[in-house]
Amino acid sequence: MTEPVLSVADLSVRISGLHILQGVSFTVAPTGVTVLLGRNGVGKTTTLRAIVGLTPRAGEVHGTIRMGAQSLLARPTHRLVRGGLGYVPEDRCVFAGLTVAENLRLAERRGTTPAYDRVYALFPELDRRGRQRAGSLSGGQQQMLAIGRVLLNDNRLLLIDEPTKGLAPKVVTEVAEVLERVAESVPVLLVEQNLAVVRRLARDAVVLAAGKVAWTGDAQELLLETGLTKSLLGVGSAEVHH
Amino acid sequence: MDTIILLTLTGLGLAALYFLVASGLSLVFGLADVLNFAHGLFLGVGAYATWWAAGNLPGAGGDGFGFVVAVAFGVLAGTLVAVLVELVLIRPLYSRTIEQVLVTVGLSLAGVALLQATWGADARTFPRPEWTRQVTNVLGANVPNGGLLLIVAAVLVLGAILTFLRWTRYGLVIRAGVENREMVTALGIDVRKAFTLVFAIGGAAAALAGALGSVYFGTVSPGQGGSLLIFAFIVVVIGGMGSVVGSAYAAVAVGLLQQFVNYYGTSGLGDICVVGLLAVVLLLRPQGIAGKVATA
Repeated sequence: MTEPVLSVADLSVRISGLHILQGVSFTVAPTGVTVLLGRNGVGKTTTLRAIVGLTPRAGEVHGTIRMGAQSLLARPTHRLVRGGLGYVPEDRCVFAGLTVAENLRLAERRGTTPAYDRVYALFPELDRRGRQRAGSLSGGQQQMLAIGRVLLNDNRLLLIDEPTKGLAPKVVTEVAEVLERVAESVPVLLVEQNLAVVRRLARDAVVLAAGKVAWTGDAQELLLETGLTKSLLGVGSAEVHH
Repeated sequence: MDTIILLTLTGLGLAALYFLVASGLSLVFGLADVLNFAHGLFLGVGAYATWWAAGNLPGAGGDGFGFVVAVAFGVLAGTLVAVLVELVLIRPLYSRTIEQVLVTVGLSLAGVALLQATWGADARTFPRPEWTRQVTNVLGANVPNGGLLLIVAAVLVLGAILTFLRWTRYGLVIRAGVENREMVTALGIDVRKAFTLVFAIGGAAAALAGALGSVYFGTVSPGQGGSLLIFAFIVVVIGGMGSVVGSAYAAVAVGLLQQFVNYYGTSGLGDICVVGLLAVVLLLRPQGIAGKVATA
């Protein structure tokens, strides 16, 4: 069996007295997209933030997170990212007051050659809009910029949090196409609510419920099981195939 | 007309002093979320180090190039103290606001006490180069050269900070960090280095304010940093946390308002009007003139 790129074991996160994650364990395959699913508030974003070291200071994190042989817990975020962990947060978090080119320049890492060719090949619009303030971009363009920033560098794993949230259907399709191409070269741990996108991209799935892993396995099989999707995600077959 | 010109230029001199203190304060708060009540200490250190260097440091003096050397020494001392404060006292307390406030308030009190213990509580005569004792006739008004020097210094510092923020890698990191510090770290950048840098910039500007402000007033005293800091905080809030340009606009507004009202009203009324202006801005535009974003 191939070694996973990421192993999470018995991960617990408590923030301000709330026990958000309660012993979560799963692995991420070294290729393709692994999707983290679950209803709102089950701890999907908390899981990604714990992996990348962004749990608030007031929070407590216990358990094991390993990328290959390396333990990730207690390492500062900037070191994890420099070590090849790319993170695209929920709501994009582009720097609104900076231009598109400045947003990209900020993501350059010392000692490496930034892959502008790769980014502009996927998102030609970012090249054309280099001098435009990121805050004046549309939601879809901001998402492209957020993904473009991490693709400027070579990564061992990408963590992408709800990339299609709040986007128009046409833009959702564009973002899904891009992620499909990205996943050909780097494994992705994706949090996504849009099950049509999940159906298109995901190979493996991890479903969280009430801070615990409720199901793991083949994502396509999960989506075919109407009973499972209804009980775990609260959606019927019509929404899965939409 | 002479009076208007004189009040305008002396008001701008006061604004320059406020800006030099507020610019660093604003960047430190905008980037690192640190309310640094010890910022006035950097001003005091700069003033006293300049005063000491003018009388004791070889090559330094109270006039000509020697005075430039003395001011450079004062700025260096203020910068070093600011960097040490950040590294030793503030860094372990990031995201712990109450502890930070306690430490910086305590440090400001201890700093004043230390200056008093070393050089006494009374104001001391500050070395003033000959040119700064004179006045320049501007459209009929005799304007003190010390005030003009402050204005020139503030404009140069504003230009230098904006150039740094606009054209350097660290400037870019600071501008981004003022918007979203967490996301800067998520791009693989150690934002703590930028924290130290903004403390250094703030310390240098405040120390320069201490040296040139003492030239303007003719004296140096242990408590002068603290009294200026109150108005600098008002400037930062009116200008918008994290915005250097906002601080510049706010400093001009505060300096002119204070000068004109104090002259045409009763003495001290200008200070009350400044607090009134602060209240109006907080009611109508709580994020200040330029909001949270650091503009270059």
